[in-house]
Amino acid sequence: MAETRPTSTDQDISEALGERVRRAAEAGTALRIAGGDTKAFFGREIQGRPEEIETLSTREHRGITAYDPVELIISVRAGTPLAELEATLADNGQMLGCEPPHFGEGATVGGMVATGLSGPRRPWAGSVRDFVLGTRVITHEGHQQRFGGEVMKNVAGYDLSRLMVGAQGTLGLITEVSLKVLPTPGARHSLRLEMPLAEALAKLAEWGRSPLPITAAAWHDGALHLRLEGGPSSVAATRERLGGEELDNGFWEDLREQRLAFFSREDDRVLWRLSLPHNTPSLCLPGVEEADLIYDWAGTQRWLRSDLEADTLREACARAGGHATCLGNRHGPGQADPFMPLEPVVEKYHRNLKAQMDPKGIFNPGRLYAAI
Amino acid sequence: MNILYDERLDGELAPTDKAEVLADLQRSAPGLTLLHREEDLRPFECDGLSAYRVLPMLVALPETLEQVETLMKRCRALGVPVVTRGAGTGLSGGALPLEQGVLLVMSRFNRILDLDPDARIARLQPGVRNLAISEAAAPYGLYYAPDPSSQIACSIGGNVAENAGGVHCLKYGLTVHNVMKVEVITIEGERMTLGSEALDAPGLDLLALFTGSEGMLGVVTEITVKLLPKPETAKVLMASFDDVEKAGRAVGDIIAAGIIPGGLEMMDNLAIRAAEDFVKAGYPVEAEAILLCELDGVEADVDDDCATVRAVLEKAGATDIQQARDEAERALFWAGRKNAFPAVGRMSPDYYCMDGTIPRRELPRVLKGIGDLSEAYGLRVANVFHAGDGNMHPLILFDANRPGELEQAEELGGKILELCVEAGGSITGEHGVGREKINQMCAQFNPGELTTFHAVKAAFDPDRLLNPGKNIPTLARCAEFGAMHVHNNELPHPELPRF
Repeated sequence: MAETRPTSTDQDISEALGERVRRAAEAGTALRIAGGDTKAFFGREIQGRPEEIETLSTREHRGITAYDPVELIISVRAGTPLAELEATLADNGQMLGCEPPHFGEGATVGGMVATGLSGPRRPWAGSVRDFVLGTRVITHEGHQQRFGGEVMKNVAGYDLSRLMVGAQGTLGLITEVSLKVLPTPGARHSLRLEMPLAEALAKLAEWGRSPLPITAAAWHDGALHLRLEGGPSSVAATRERLGGEELDNGFWEDLREQRLAFFSREDDRVLWRLSLPHNTPSLCLPGVEEADLIYDWAGTQRWLRSDLEADTLREACARAGGHATCLGNRHGPGQADPFMPLEPVVEKYHRNLKAQMDPKGIFNPGRLYAAI
Repeated sequence: MNILYDERLDGELAPTDKAEVLADLQRSAPGLTLLHREEDLRPFECDGLSAYRVLPMLVALPETLEQVETLMKRCRALGVPVVTRGAGTGLSGGALPLEQGVLLVMSRFNRILDLDPDARIARLQPGVRNLAISEAAAPYGLYYAPDPSSQIACSIGGNVAENAGGVHCLKYGLTVHNVMKVEVITIEGERMTLGSEALDAPGLDLLALFTGSEGMLGVVTEITVKLLPKPETAKVLMASFDDVEKAGRAVGDIIAAGIIPGGLEMMDNLAIRAAEDFVKAGYPVEAEAILLCELDGVEADVDDDCATVRAVLEKAGATDIQQARDEAERALFWAGRKNAFPAVGRMSPDYYCMDGTIPRRELPRVLKGIGDLSEAYGLRVANVFHAGDGNMHPLILFDANRPGELEQAEELGGKILELCVEAGGSITGEHGVGREKINQMCAQFNPGELTTFHAVKAAFDPDRLLNPGKNIPTLARCAEFGAMHVHNNELPHPELPRF
């Protein structure tokens, strides 16, 4: 086992959390589950009368419970600060492959899993959900249950661990997760290539078909920004082949944490996240200029500043095989529901699942959709 | 131990009248191929777990989605269970038919609908063979990563149902990591899309939930997979060890060096000798264990990694290290491993393949435990191991013609799986629970967790018509089976009711 730097704040309060859930179920209180509360903006307001909503904090339930770097697996309580987890991994030459955004100092592991948000490496390495191997969950009855496990491969039972990722805490209270981790790449180099958008998208399609060591690609401000990671030999060779001007590796953190000028809170236009298939050309949205967009994830995740009608935007994304999430602006959530409405049949099964796993509607009711 | 459906333990099934069901389906789904005569049903009586056979009431071979829809609606109305089957190569009895049920065979949906090399995705009907995807993608320098050893025959629909793996999972993931979207028909005959051609979809991740759900939640009618660029090069090292534990530790040392091999496989002496005798792969028959380590990627990095791994293996006490000189030798090294099952099959009239996973550090203890059990039962066990991801395939050698030996082999297999659970692992890494490991599920999950699984099932199929009796045991079965839930040597959750 590796040094996991146990801190004086490490503690297991799962029993107390279970008790809180049981009490809420009895009283019919809605629980607003929060870790560091850094991603509260990402989702709907919890449904219910204010006096019937209680905030349930996971922050005291923290600490790494198991970490053996040789296994490439770490188990960690939900309230553990993401920064602490990442520091422990870095001490051992490892990292979270999904490169999750923090959006604030207090970001926790539970929040990462509940929102399922991933960073620039996602198209190449995988999303949060791809790295989750197991979860411990408190059910609507206040029982602690575990799904998945601390092994790479496990197909016993339904995959409830991955179902929890991105569920926004609507199906149960996540208390612990086991994650697959990756070795930190031996070499890293970022570069900036001035080129028009269409050329950048064509290049990305071409490069996507060859085994280049690209682990981040974003078109922004008239240039394609790339990150190369891998063995020193291949990174050096690719760097030579692609040329361009060197880019500070910190660019990717600024992009991930939405600290680039593009994301400025001074901008009153609504921020949208468009999720689209690979090789989708510009959507040519009315009134939208190139400068209103960042094409992250090799063009599959696009950030847009626009006051375009939600329906117009969502229809354009749906036609291209994708969807759009509304993140609002500094004044509030914006005119649209954050998440794209579901097809009626899919929605029906969302409701059925919610009814089975949270029959009294105590876990973050309404956070994902009105009925969920 | 008989694992066939037992209404007393697995739940009552509504009585069905074969003639009536047949007439109803013929009337409501014109053009649907329905097999009903015993000689036509016979080829479908089992899947890859051939020790167990049940003649289905009817076999349906639809060719259109409308036929599947109608079939589901009628079966639901009549209360007839539906067992869905792909190529029938599954090793856990996931497609074992029911006497009172319809076997829905998806093999006629066998077209590659679309392959987009620029978006790097392929849209497939469920009956498309796994290997055919990579063959179709090859002209574009792309391939489909999961490669179960049955990839010549197994179908992508079955891969989704079982969350199939293969020898490259550590680096490239399981089916769940490589499927982007599925089209589903529910038991009510509704169509729905889960996932997206984009990298995520709004709402709950029902795609992850459906992957590996063993046909219990819906019928998958179309699959969109992601394709990866073929690695520029792949090189393989073979290291021999005079001690299994040393080989086990070497696996950890490779990972600790910051290397994720494309494939990392281990075989013990019995498996080595069997494979060598069969394939003549050039394996060292005296070695107690060999490791096959494949490194893939960009040429320059792979050469660096080969040097690193060689040094790690030497330090770990390898008695001999060979690097395949060319593609032909690389293929030969792998041929031994990929044919390990049939090779072992030549040494014994029958063998029984297990599929447990463990944390890698537990390997020496678990191997010793398997050795002790093997001796106690008087049955030989050959070990083949996806060492990189902790997935073991102990092969139990037995002779079904000797009275009681099948039962002995099954009991030994069950003990091995319980050993895996005790070590913090799982009863199945990639073969699925199906019917085969239904009792061992009681060891891995407690009644509360099983109740949650049943709740998930109820959200999609409240009448339990889709593949009843597979994957998740009833609490009644677990009570009867009496397995003690043990995890990490912790006592079972005391707050939960005992049976």
